[in-house]
Amino acid sequence: MLDDAALQTITLTIRLAATTTIILLLLGTPLAWWLACTRSWLKGPIGALVALPLVLPPVVLGFYLLVLMGPQGPIGQLTQSLGLGLLPFSFTGLVIGSVLYSMPFVVQPLQNAFEAIGDRPLEVAATLRASPLDTFFSVVLPLARPAYLTAAVMGFAHTVGEFGIVLMLGGSIPGQTRVISVQIYDHVEALEYSQAHWLAGGLLMFSFLVLLALYTLQPTGRKQKSQKGKGT
Amino acid sequence: MSRITATFKQTLGSFSLDVALDLPGRGVTAIFGASGAGKTSLLRRIAGLERANGSYLSVNGEVWQDDSCGIFMPVYQRPLGYVFQEASLFLHLTVRRNLDYGRRRVSADAQRVSLDQIIALLGIEDLLQRQSETLSGGERQRVAIARALATSPRLLLMDEPLASLDGQRKADILPYLERLVAELDIPVLYVSHAPDEVARLADHLVLLDAGRVLACGPTRELMTRLDLPLAHGDSAAAIIDALVTRVEAAYHLSYAEFSGGSISLLNPLLKVGQRVRVRIQARDVSITLARQHGTSVQNIFAVSVTSLSTDSPGQLMLGLDANGSALLARITRKSADALGLAPGSQVFAQVKGVAVLG
Repeated sequence: MLDDAALQTITLTIRLAATTTIILLLLGTPLAWWLACTRSWLKGPIGALVALPLVLPPVVLGFYLLVLMGPQGPIGQLTQSLGLGLLPFSFTGLVIGSVLYSMPFVVQPLQNAFEAIGDRPLEVAATLRASPLDTFFSVVLPLARPAYLTAAVMGFAHTVGEFGIVLMLGGSIPGQTRVISVQIYDHVEALEYSQAHWLAGGLLMFSFLVLLALYTLQPTGRKQKSQKGKGT
Repeated sequence: MSRITATFKQTLGSFSLDVALDLPGRGVTAIFGASGAGKTSLLRRIAGLERANGSYLSVNGEVWQDDSCGIFMPVYQRPLGYVFQEASLFLHLTVRRNLDYGRRRVSADAQRVSLDQIIALLGIEDLLQRQSETLSGGERQRVAIARALATSPRLLLMDEPLASLDGQRKADILPYLERLVAELDIPVLYVSHAPDEVARLADHLVLLDAGRVLACGPTRELMTRLDLPLAHGDSAAAIIDALVTRVEAAYHLSYAEFSGGSISLLNPLLKVGQRVRVRIQARDVSITLARQHGTSVQNIFAVSVTSLSTDSPGQLMLGLDANGSALLARITRKSADALGLAPGSQVFAQVKGVAVLG
């Protein structure tokens, strides 16, 4: 069964995933909007940077973050001079790593949704006296709502499932940085297969249920498109 | 100062827009031209949806753009209404909330038209609670027009609002447009490439060709000017104003007077004293040298030929003057030669069909 240590791990994992998701939705919205609207040459490079975690081994990302945030790294020196201490092996460090690692899973669905909305609804809103900011909240956000659900679920689930970054950046400090995936790894190392089974099985169920919910609650684009095109 | 004054000059790739307009600030002005003539480009620049540098635009005394002193009012600050070619309702909102969207953003003292009046004008009372995506194309367009009007615009811009609809739905909506034009005192710029819509709705006309103004003036005048494309082809027609003087209910006929005489109309619903706008298509007019008797044609007017112009290799378009009213007649080149028609010929125009436009 799940003991106190396991419950602590689960709570920490959920706290990490929730924090990461909220930060990502807040950061990802303007970033995705910019990527969807811009004609700047920076769109390519920035888009590629955001997508990097899709192909990069998490260990690599974790390694560079460790270097940057470590005592000799620029970020590390900054946080030390600000009196914040060092970020690696802390919850905050994990959040920063997770935000970067899960970024594409939040930014890309939002960007796709913003692009699919097109210029017309924005122009209509402008001719109906809505300022650009007003238009964003009254037209763009409601129209992109399904994408927000996808983005939140994917960002959350992906953060729950991360391992490489945590290992590099967080280690396995109970209540601080020991998340489920690391705990499973520790159990297996110690040949505690039954405890590993509980957590691994739980994670498997969780992931399946999340995706099931996503696919059932949100029938894919075709239905909406056919309604849009209906011209009788 | 009730004028709309606009100067736009812009080159976009192979297309260049170069117009200087001074239009009446009341009634309906149609911007007419073939596709690619720059009609939509012009309308979008008037709305401020696109910006042409070095331009000037003032609407009834209010400057919306004047690049010489750095004035460019953003779209959302311009008191305009815009109806797009395809009805772009907000699909996440009900009809009612679509109507409220713009209206809520206009201050109470700037609201001059009541929402109920607009809803009644466009006949959308029964649609208010519906979701926008469940409406038909014609219904959506009516709601889109109502939504634009609900902001009490001081200028209504319509970009081929009927183009995405089939013939029957077009015919359904036109009367609504005519009613709102007649009842609301809002100047309208109406982009169209359909001569019949222009004839029915517009008082004033801007003919656009390849980004330039070909001609600009009262609709009636421009429609019968043989040097302009509007006076050619199957849809060429003259519009005349007439006053109903007599109704012959037994025959379902009404008679109306215009400068060229009395014209009989197959419409028993008109009332004596009513002003009507009548359209006479060039293809429905034939020419005789002497007044015919023993013919089924009721409408025969004495006219003089003012001009002749080739319409197609075998056909000529004649400009006619019926004592001050311009008419058009399309006849074969052979007939014209046989009758010896030339400018100044005094002849009779037999009109086979007339349409009352309302």
